[in-house]
Amino acid sequence: MADEKGPVEIVQTPVELDYTYTAGQAATRFLKGVEQGKFLGQRCPVDGLVYVASRGSSPKHGVPTGPDTVEVSDKGTLISFSIVRIPSANLSVEPPFAAISVLLDGADSHLMHVLDECPLEEVRMGMRVEAVWLPKDQWTASMQNVTHFRPTGEPDAPFDSYKDHL
Amino acid sequence: MSEAQLVEALTAPHKLQYTYKRSVGPVMGRFFTALRDEGKILGVRREDGSVMCPPKEYDPDTAAAISEMVEVGPGGEVVSWAWVSEPRAKQPCDRPFAYALIKLDGADTPLLHAIDCGREDAIRTGMRVTAKLADERVGHITDIRCFEPEA
Repeated sequence: MADEKGPVEIVQTPVELDYTYTAGQAATRFLKGVEQGKFLGQRCPVDGLVYVASRGSSPKHGVPTGPDTVEVSDKGTLISFSIVRIPSANLSVEPPFAAISVLLDGADSHLMHVLDECPLEEVRMGMRVEAVWLPKDQWTASMQNVTHFRPTGEPDAPFDSYKDHL
Repeated sequence: MSEAQLVEALTAPHKLQYTYKRSVGPVMGRFFTALRDEGKILGVRREDGSVMCPPKEYDPDTAAAISEMVEVGPGGEVVSWAWVSEPRAKQPCDRPFAYALIKLDGADTPLLHAIDCGREDAIRTGMRVTAKLADERVGHITDIRCFEPEA
């Protein structure tokens, strides 16, 4: 028995914490929009910037956003990215893949997602991308409705169009 | 925002997991290997002749490297304990149990483990307990399934 297995060198000591996450008002509104295939943001009443997904307050001015929601596009501009090459048990995507920041058209804040249907060496700032949605009958109030983003094939956005959002 | 505009907040389960792996080193490695392959609990002898279980690689007083392994237990004495009345999913017993420091026979330091004795009034400091091994052993501290009161 000992000969076959060899000495013990590693033990696994997993830590596991079970939470119930409550989205709160702002994220609930956003997720209910996603449930209907829309990205909803909220506007800062001071400077008019649109946050998607809004946390319920303007980080610049410390005032509540809204109360109205603003629908933004599911297309946008890739403004930053990172190629993930290191596997991790909690990743639902096989590395290597591109983790991207997308500035949706009509939004002033960016959201993080995964870019697919694009060779990694072609991923670049300014690339125009769009959300790829699950079939409508599988939609839930979850960002998992969007499987990934993919290039639209449009010409790149000029740097000046997003430089203030980096 | 007026009351009328409030939406009912969504909730969802969220599981946070860290899948740690620990490299055990040569001394703890022999402890786990002997436990898995032979069902034996090993301690390590210090320079002054006393025995530490669980074993360490270095003498805590002199910092000398130590590696002489000696068998201890499987019986021992409860040094201290805390009752767990509502065990959680990943804890060693699925009914109320005690976490206890147990000084195994032949050892001079106590080992932290679970005592499965059914009821809180069935445990007391100084009582004799003995190790129950798991049916399938993999080289982990859970290869000792628990300790039970000595018959």
